[in-house]
Amino acid sequence: MLADPVPLQLVAELFPNGISRYAVGGLLVGLGTVLIYVGTGIPAGASTFLESTLSYVSGQSRFQQYVGSRDWRVVFTAGIILGGLLFAATVQSGVVSSALYQSGSTGQLYEVGGVTLWSTDVQPWRLLVGGIFVGIGTRIGKGCTSGHGVCGVGSASKTSIAGVVTFLTVAILTAQAVAAMGVSP
Amino acid sequence: MSERHPLFKPLVLVGGIVFGFGLGFSQMARPEVVLNFLQFEDFGLLFVMFGAAVVSGVAFAVMPRLRDGAPLTGNRYERRLKPFDRNVLVGGAVFGVGWGLSGICPGAAYASLGTGNVTILWALAGMFVGAYLQGYWRSKRADAGTAATRAD
Repeated sequence: MLADPVPLQLVAELFPNGISRYAVGGLLVGLGTVLIYVGTGIPAGASTFLESTLSYVSGQSRFQQYVGSRDWRVVFTAGIILGGLLFAATVQSGVVSSALYQSGSTGQLYEVGGVTLWSTDVQPWRLLVGGIFVGIGTRIGKGCTSGHGVCGVGSASKTSIAGVVTFLTVAILTAQAVAAMGVSP
Repeated sequence: MSERHPLFKPLVLVGGIVFGFGLGFSQMARPEVVLNFLQFEDFGLLFVMFGAAVVSGVAFAVMPRLRDGAPLTGNRYERRLKPFDRNVLVGGAVFGVGWGLSGICPGAAYASLGTGNVTILWALAGMFVGAYLQGYWRSKRADAGTAATRAD
């Protein structure tokens, strides 16, 4: 039977880069979380690292409460950075090719020592100012995209679902407003 | 603090590598891709967030039934449940402004640095500044609170 072209067209419009790279990436993000959880019982989130690392340089009580976990949180973050580099050295560099990976055309690719690296075109002021809001918001809101979004939603936590709905809604409104003001990229 | 199992940190490192590789492969480590999602130009990012939540959700549901404690820590297997209060909504909204403006969140920023995105250091610097500002303010308020009465 021939597939109806209208739904196909809709899928192509909603997912111009396909879904495979997203789905595979999501499975790997979940798998990394599961590895740590199965071995240690810890549902690891990425944003606590910001405060736990500040405990090395600041005696404030908010940061000192994380002294017990700050060393492995540095290791977790180092792992995430290394994972990004491993991706760059393999798939992004074309050493490993996969039909599941859609490279897209965002940002700038550049080469260092045979490794294809990537850099964003998003303006630094957006990254800096946005980063400040992310640093404040994730810590007051008890979690970020990994803590609430992956571990919390995976735990069917009502708190996390409320958090995700809130930050997703506000992020959509913010991004659309910024785009409407003609700021790009 | 009790002694940790020698494989504790190696496992966290491997888990982080898989996590970071996934953020690279999905391109959630690229702010442009996140902004395209938030501007309704490419909905693929839903598969990253919910795909990861489903995979981890299976472990959160199954592990407590299989074993009492985790092999490397002895921690009980529990779900990630945090108490709900106004901060979840206030903090979530502030985070949303930042995510929508920059297109980057903490885990994706670490992975993005790994893919060669040196420019993302602006966002990482901002995140540390933001985390410090709220921590400084809340520590001061907590100290003042315990010195006086247990208000709030």
